[in-house]
Amino acid sequence: MAMNSQGRPTAATGGGDATKFESFSGHVGLRLAEPLIFELGTSETTGVDFEDTSDLELSCGGLERTSEIGCPGLAEPDTARHYTRLSRRNYGIDMGVFPLGSCTMKHNPRLNEKMARLPGFGDIHPLAPKSTVQGAYQLMDELSHWLMTLTGMPAVALSPKAGAHGELCGVMAIRAALEARGDAREVILCPESAHGTNPATAAFCGYKVKSIPAKDNGRVDIGALKAALDNTVAAVMITNPNTCGLFENEVREIADEIHKAGAFFYCDGANFNAIVGKARPGDLGVDAMHINLHKTFSTPHGGGGPGSGPVVFSDALKDFVPVPYVVKTEGGYDIVEDQAGKSFGRLTAFQGQMGMYVRALSYMLSHGSDGLKQASEDAVLNANYVLASLKDVMSPSYDGPCMHEALFDDEFLKGTGVTTLDFAKAMIDEGYHPMTMYFPLVVHGAMLIEPTESESKTNMDQFIRSMRGLAEAAKAGQVERFSGAPYHAPWSRLDETQAARNPVLRFAAE
Amino acid sequence: MRYLPLTPDDRQAMLAKIGVRHIDDLFKDVPNAVLNPEIDLPRHKAEMEVERHLSRMAAKNTAAGSVPFFVGAGAYKHHVPATVDHLIQRGEFLTAYTPYQPEIAQGTLQYIFEFQTQVAQLTGMDVANASMYDGSTACAEAVLMARRVTRRNKAILAGSLHAHYRAVVETTTQYTEDVIVAQTPNPADPEAELKAVIDAIDDETSCVVVQNPGVFGHVLDLRPVAEAAHAKKALLIVVVTEVMSLGLIQSPGEMGADIVVGEGQSIGNGLNFGGPYVGLFATNQKYVRQMPGRLCGETVDADGKRGFVLTLSTREQHIRREKATSNICTNAGLCALAFTIHMTLLGEKGLRGVARVNHKNAIALKAAMGSVAGGEVLTNAFFNEIAVKLPKAAGAVVDQLAERGVLAGVPASRLYPGAGLDDVLIMAATETVTADDIDVLKGALEEVL
Repeated sequence: MAMNSQGRPTAATGGGDATKFESFSGHVGLRLAEPLIFELGTSETTGVDFEDTSDLELSCGGLERTSEIGCPGLAEPDTARHYTRLSRRNYGIDMGVFPLGSCTMKHNPRLNEKMARLPGFGDIHPLAPKSTVQGAYQLMDELSHWLMTLTGMPAVALSPKAGAHGELCGVMAIRAALEARGDAREVILCPESAHGTNPATAAFCGYKVKSIPAKDNGRVDIGALKAALDNTVAAVMITNPNTCGLFENEVREIADEIHKAGAFFYCDGANFNAIVGKARPGDLGVDAMHINLHKTFSTPHGGGGPGSGPVVFSDALKDFVPVPYVVKTEGGYDIVEDQAGKSFGRLTAFQGQMGMYVRALSYMLSHGSDGLKQASEDAVLNANYVLASLKDVMSPSYDGPCMHEALFDDEFLKGTGVTTLDFAKAMIDEGYHPMTMYFPLVVHGAMLIEPTESESKTNMDQFIRSMRGLAEAAKAGQVERFSGAPYHAPWSRLDETQAARNPVLRFAAE
Repeated sequence: MRYLPLTPDDRQAMLAKIGVRHIDDLFKDVPNAVLNPEIDLPRHKAEMEVERHLSRMAAKNTAAGSVPFFVGAGAYKHHVPATVDHLIQRGEFLTAYTPYQPEIAQGTLQYIFEFQTQVAQLTGMDVANASMYDGSTACAEAVLMARRVTRRNKAILAGSLHAHYRAVVETTTQYTEDVIVAQTPNPADPEAELKAVIDAIDDETSCVVVQNPGVFGHVLDLRPVAEAAHAKKALLIVVVTEVMSLGLIQSPGEMGADIVVGEGQSIGNGLNFGGPYVGLFATNQKYVRQMPGRLCGETVDADGKRGFVLTLSTREQHIRREKATSNICTNAGLCALAFTIHMTLLGEKGLRGVARVNHKNAIALKAAMGSVAGGEVLTNAFFNEIAVKLPKAAGAVVDQLAERGVLAGVPASRLYPGAGLDDVLIMAATETVTADDIDVLKGALEEVL
């Protein structure tokens, strides 16, 4: 046996089959089992210290809460451990390639986090006296300037809390403008490939939704659009670059047709990250577009939010923007908080997602106009590199070039017994987060791959090798590699049917 | 550029692989006339320069923690333990996406399940969702849900509902079939306000929306409103903008609420000038399928191991499109995590303890304000916030106090302009307020009055 100078063994003394030995603790090495806090904590444990108030005479109208609340606590060490253990069950951009099409999982710079936590931004109250928050208004004004300049649009509403909220903002402004001219109209047109939020938003604003088909090349069928456009159409909602990862090459003609019909052009800006610095929506005839700061401008997705969805507006809509908004005054800034004039109202309490504004501006200042343009180019380059490197083993839905994401369908899996879902789960075993699957709905078994500009060529090459390997394995009949995947994730495939059939939405003591 | 890993050589090699010569060959679908516009913005900056630029801006603002601070009205300065901010910045949480691949997102899913349970317990309701954008948007969603449940469309908003919440409800429903009846605020007589709500309930009423504590700080027993609403088959929606109050005051569930919406910022989240915050949404089991937003549910994996997934998504926009219960997609994931971690640190004991410190400080604030010449405290039953009638316009007083380094509160006129409340000041005292702060406030106030 090999020993070091202290006589300690330096190599394993024998081999064995790991699957034979179940641990006594429930942990498996670094995979630490962790129950719910409701199974761990007690009502008498706390991780905070506070002043004793036992002699306090209450002044709450006799409405003191005497029943048990039922929220157990943990001391600080156990709290730190509980959430650290949970975190290790997650995949994040910090761990590897996260090619989730349409979601833009780019690197989240930590400078942004640091800036948002400066007390002058993080510890100020939304209703503090205006003289004490001039720097905050300045930041909002500067962010607005960047957004308007990058989009070539004359106005912006910062307050929407996320992309779908931004859509609501845009469509409400459109409706307000139409009503101001005495004709609210009835219909909003959306392409079949639209994000689900688009028709949901249109319905929210009292519009009927009509679908417009796509052409074989993945773009809006301008002939069908023309045929559908009449004086009942309030707006057309188009994502550009679209959800197939393609630029609508006839966008200016589309805009002209929309405007000729007296309707407005709403652009879903979820994919603005492909064209920042390369093309301005204002030059394409867009009337309103939301910008997902959590996609294009690198604010973290945070496991599902918070987002931030400012909306830029054309001249025709700029008078209808919601409150609040910042205005420049002599020697400073003011904020307009009450609905007046043509503003369609208020979408949220306070000013919106200030924490996200700081992060987004920090990102923009870091990149500058040159870096933002380079980032768009690199995102598009990486996506086309994927397309070019996989087109012989997978099935691209459309000919290239694509924009920031490459769309494949499941044609290459035909007859293999492997589905898009299986393929995605096998990517987990390869150490990657799967691409977006089954969206957009316009191609069968869609796989939408968006690498973003954050990936090096080395990362891309490794990812491509892995994807080629999987595609070849599927074609070679290695169904088992896919059908039970993931094999190496902390959890195997979860039963979503059971969850929906018998919803258990909270912990309840047995 | 520090965020871009590709080198010029990489780019050339990749273009060659793709089979094009120039990057703009990949942008060939963009009309030539609009490609590569002049963008009049500064060029890239080093990390140090960005930090300098933004720090200068931040330095122009008065941080709440740097002065005697009594501003509330829907956003509250609480002490958030350092552990919270450390844990939410772990890359596995911060840089994760919505947990659509549950096998590699159990961290997010388990904390959402914990969050949903905590919110249900705090509010006294059966179930809660995975969070909304904030309290105000959750409030609007609750009104829409009440219409779906009752198939009626008249919503009555109590006078002391936060003005921004009222505006968000009105704006959000302006193109739907909902009819909103917003009553006038009456800080001097909260009982009369409640009576007005009860009197307004009729057979067309889908819901009544009452905030507790109200925007002027009043804590009210909502049982009579619940009874009156239920007698007419309408729903009671209770709004809680100060969630810390649930550590001291009876829960809306105990008072008969059907839907509870709230602003969860007070737990785990900083002031952040208004956002990001975390909207709470809770209701009874029977209405689950009418709820908006994401829901996390328990299930098992293929090996029978307990796990969690997003569920009941047939309510949501990505499946139902124009027939969805809401167009909401994003929730407030990371803010919900902050809420959950802080709640875990507090536990029942800490929550009750900290809530009592809030109340104690508010009692001290009330005593001080009551002793200022010309001041009249309008709020008798409260949690950590009171409304005070001043002998002068509250807006001017707040500005003068700000010049003296005291942030005294929110003038009611900023929320309700033209409502005849110019002399009313809304003031909050959380656990962060000291006896010294109250002395300084009182001294400064006596100077300006």
